[in-house]
Amino acid sequence: MTTLTTRTAAPTTQERATSKPRRHGARWAAVAFVAPLVIYLLLFYAYPLAQNLSMSLHRFDRGTFINGGAPFVGTEIYQDVVEHPRFWTIVRQTTVFTAASLVFQYLIGLALAVFFHRGGFRLAAPLRAMFLVPWLLPIIVSGTTWQWMMNPDDGILNSFIGLFGADPVWWLSADNALMSVAIANIWLGIPFNLVILYSGLQGIPKELYEAASMDGATPWQQFWRITLPMLRPVSLITLLLGLVYTLKVVDIIWIMTLGTGTSQTLATWAYGMSVGKGASAIIRYSEASAVGTILLLAALAFGLIYIAAQRKQED
Amino acid sequence: MARTWWKNPVAVVVTALMLFPLYWMLNVSFTRRESIRGGDLLPVDFTLDHYAVVLRDQLPYLGTSLVIGAGTVVLTLAIAAPASFALARMAVPGRRVLGFALIVAQMVPAVVMSLGLYSIYNTVGLLDTLPGLILADSTIAVPFAVLLLTAFMSGIPRELLQAAQIDGASHWRTFRSIVLPVSRNAIITSALFAFLWAWSDFIFASTLNREGGLLRPITMGIYNYIGAQNQEWGPMMATAVVASIPAAVLLVVAQKYVAAGVTAGAVKN
Repeated sequence: MTTLTTRTAAPTTQERATSKPRRHGARWAAVAFVAPLVIYLLLFYAYPLAQNLSMSLHRFDRGTFINGGAPFVGTEIYQDVVEHPRFWTIVRQTTVFTAASLVFQYLIGLALAVFFHRGGFRLAAPLRAMFLVPWLLPIIVSGTTWQWMMNPDDGILNSFIGLFGADPVWWLSADNALMSVAIANIWLGIPFNLVILYSGLQGIPKELYEAASMDGATPWQQFWRITLPMLRPVSLITLLLGLVYTLKVVDIIWIMTLGTGTSQTLATWAYGMSVGKGASAIIRYSEASAVGTILLLAALAFGLIYIAAQRKQED
Repeated sequence: MARTWWKNPVAVVVTALMLFPLYWMLNVSFTRRESIRGGDLLPVDFTLDHYAVVLRDQLPYLGTSLVIGAGTVVLTLAIAAPASFALARMAVPGRRVLGFALIVAQMVPAVVMSLGLYSIYNTVGLLDTLPGLILADSTIAVPFAVLLLTAFMSGIPRELLQAAQIDGASHWRTFRSIVLPVSRNAIITSALFAFLWAWSDFIFASTLNREGGLLRPITMGIYNYIGAQNQEWGPMMATAVVASIPAAVLLVVAQKYVAAGVTAGAVKN
């Protein structure tokens, strides 16, 4: 211990003596340490993004993609995409999918977080950990399982509602697809909401509740007057992160329905055109890139609000 | 707070409902082909046949996924750890811009990345290769790892680093023999998520590695079943169970790191 204190006391004089050359050297060392990251970000983020943008401004098809020579067409492809007969339908579906996912994930996640946080039962910790499982699994695993559970003839969901005399539902048909993929996506998102909101609840001082209950506030009043207001910053961040994630999600939808029918969103539309499957049987790189860019701008817009919200929370 | 008798059973029922899909996947994977459509709540017509199919058909994909996961972890840490040290403890020119770029990077849709990378890989010959997929998968983890590690390394006591410098240790030596060992927990958390994300990746594998043959990850092994004319639910669910093992193992072995990672991305940095 003593050696440590003498050592920490020492630097002031020594630092002054070597300050100039060392600061210069430190600057170079810092640059060397971050250089791999900067080069990596340029090569594997900036370059693909630029490439994506360039592809949306040139008219590519399968041939020009391989041999080159795609003509520059300006914003023509963006016009094509926006004037596509299904464009506004797809925007609406994306909005419904995102809004429904967020609202239910948040409400269920919050209810569970409060339930587990109040505690008072032995199994709270292990069961809360179990809730993480759906979030950690590969989405293709969850997607295929939901697809089987929603099978119209032999799926467990239809057998279950059949017990109450309901008619079987064609979960994954064109009309119902949006609802079904939203259900699966809500299920996927609950763990994330639960964990974040739970950590938010842990940050609320216990004294507030003690004072409130001494003043005779019911648990219900405490929830509305203390929990919800105190949780506002964390709630905002949870919802914004969920929003960005839900806007761009492809796999859960694609695996269940190939993005067909009402489950077609901007992200699955772009993905489908980039692989030539699902709703678009032909590969359309340029259109896919244009839709991707629109999606990117939307995600960034909400992303900037998120960054602003986070900054505000730190102050 | 008073213990309430009804809370334990309610919590168990709610958790069981939440995890029911996973139980259903297990149930189907143990049920004989002829009886799967019967929908029994227990695998009454028990069989291990589907797992025999997995062993026969899916081992190469599982091996590929392990290699890709390990490669992604190594690459992610090699890039993220030194940079995080510099961002946390040294005067890096343009650090604010870099920090902003890292947050924005996490918001780029995977479709956009895969389209751009596809066109680049097409020219440089990285399509359908393992290095290509490892590089692509690392893009999911690198920004997260840098933000997590920077936050952690900022908390290392000053005295520890100064002591090393007085002893004449170079920046690299300080980083290697003090910063890295002290940051063990944050490094494990980053590695764990890098592995899980690479293991679970669907979009990059299905676009950048479409014709990779057996050098494709296990997610594509499952995807093969979806495209088939007559969907084989038994082997598919058995493969899904096997593909879930890493997540299950990590949750049991490294639960505190998992919970730390989930919140770190959102609230603390």
